[in-house]
Amino acid sequence: MHDPAFASALEDQIDQWRAFLRRRQTIHASDINELEDHLREQIDGLAEAGLDREEAFLVAVKRMGSLDALSLEFAREHSDRLWKQLVMAPADPAAPQPGLQTDGLAAVLFAVAAAVAIKLPALFGMDLETHASFYARNIGFLLLPILVAYFAWKRGSQTMPLRWLAAGFVLAAIVANAWPLTPGGSTELLVIAHLPVALWLLVGVAYAGQRWDEVAGRMDFIRFSGELFIYYVLIALGGGVLTAFTVGMFSAIGFDIEPLVATWLLPCGAMGAVVIGAWLVEAKQSVVENMAPVLTRIFTPLFAAMLVLFLVTLLLSGRGIDVEREVLIAFDLLLIVVLGLLLYSVSAREPSTPPGLFDLLQVILIASALLADLVALWAIAARIGDMGLTPNRLAGLGLNLVLLVNLAGSAWLYLKFLRGQGGFARLERWQTDYLPVYAAWAAVVVVLFPPFFEFI
Amino acid sequence: MDISKDLIAASSTPLVLAILSEADSYGYAILQRVRELSAGRIEWTDGMLYPVLHRLERHGHIRSRWATAETGRRRKYYSITDTGRAHLADQRRQWQAVDATLKGIWQLLSPDPLKPQET
Repeated sequence: MHDPAFASALEDQIDQWRAFLRRRQTIHASDINELEDHLREQIDGLAEAGLDREEAFLVAVKRMGSLDALSLEFAREHSDRLWKQLVMAPADPAAPQPGLQTDGLAAVLFAVAAAVAIKLPALFGMDLETHASFYARNIGFLLLPILVAYFAWKRGSQTMPLRWLAAGFVLAAIVANAWPLTPGGSTELLVIAHLPVALWLLVGVAYAGQRWDEVAGRMDFIRFSGELFIYYVLIALGGGVLTAFTVGMFSAIGFDIEPLVATWLLPCGAMGAVVIGAWLVEAKQSVVENMAPVLTRIFTPLFAAMLVLFLVTLLLSGRGIDVEREVLIAFDLLLIVVLGLLLYSVSAREPSTPPGLFDLLQVILIASALLADLVALWAIAARIGDMGLTPNRLAGLGLNLVLLVNLAGSAWLYLKFLRGQGGFARLERWQTDYLPVYAAWAAVVVVLFPPFFEFI
Repeated sequence: MDISKDLIAASSTPLVLAILSEADSYGYAILQRVRELSAGRIEWTDGMLYPVLHRLERHGHIRSRWATAETGRRRKYYSITDTGRAHLADQRRQWQAVDATLKGIWQLLSPDPLKPQET
């Protein structure tokens, strides 16, 4: 009975039993502890009555009742647990989870650091209002290293090539600030728009760590980015309401705090919210259903219908596209949205399930976006031929091509998947392998465009 | 003899409260006590006791605390509260009323029609 091998076999069995219980979301860790104590007591009791430990374990588990019935009974009593909640503090003080609380505290500290970072240049006389272009160029360098530091703290700095990341940030900072860009000129705006994209890749490397080389690691980063965006928008909405109330209430008692809000509350809040958002995405991974795939499900059919309708109208009316300055940007944005819809449905799809109606919709969406884009590209190419190359047109064209290649490749792989000639994993791999291309293109715009167009 | 689920559910509250009013206890010991008191006639599925305990705790009839048992394991002990005692007294009156009523009708129906079939 006191054979150590036997005892450890029993421990294994109990661990396994605990693992089964843990999967039931209505049964919390402290309940499992309570039930385990019961189980052990029962085993001891039965063993004293003459059963061997193995039999005792089986009888004790059987007496405990079926897991389904048990979790149903717990669900009745604790129906709130079915509404998954973001637990800031451990729900039960008897079973503290040290990770979440310290993690939250650290996130707040990093958020404060980000908020301080945006005010640092002001110490050197660079105010947000007077040096807007400095801030626009450097916002990424003030914010993203802190995000990287947060991940480094969270995952351990040895998991990521910190030196390379630091070198990347420093190099980018030098380039972005060394170019003698014309204030308000096209190349400056292009640098400001593309720099964050290139830097976001560095964040991705930090986020995924050693898993950056794996499809799953990059896919997690894509998911993370989408969820962070959604969280950021939600926090921004809440922040907007808070700000409006603050300004309104203080003005009611005769204080005009709008300047204070503009110079402190808004920029600091906007910076800190990124870190807090990143923490929330991580913390609630297992808590709430991911939003990005849900939104994708809703909007994929709608966008597909809109695009098909657009193409049919275009074809029937025989009209060409008005090549306005904004058209190129609009089509780039459309491709980005379609790509986003594709990315997030890919990220949420179980690769092993067979093709279904939604996949067909997805292909229709991609194909119609490709067609619409080709029409626009044709018109734009003609315009460039007529009126010459500008930085904006070239940047727009380049982005368009980068997206076009991705969508064309996706459409091709998707069709093969629908016809059963290849697994879904290849499409996933194509998307994740393509991530560096965006950053590379953004880097080209940041590094090569300004000298090529003489900093106009 | 199997006691119906409804009866078990209805009797669980007064039983648990009564056992806890004897002394503080914990899940396994409560179940043992139920077995002992009912001479094995009331058999609960062990796990089902815990949601009952949690419900009573939520209503404030009992309160719980974690302590180290003599075995060295952490164990959750329950004790009855004043509202629990009041609730138990109330339950006791209700059950006595039911019991008395049934007793009355059993006597009128005697002899017990079930007796001969029981072996």
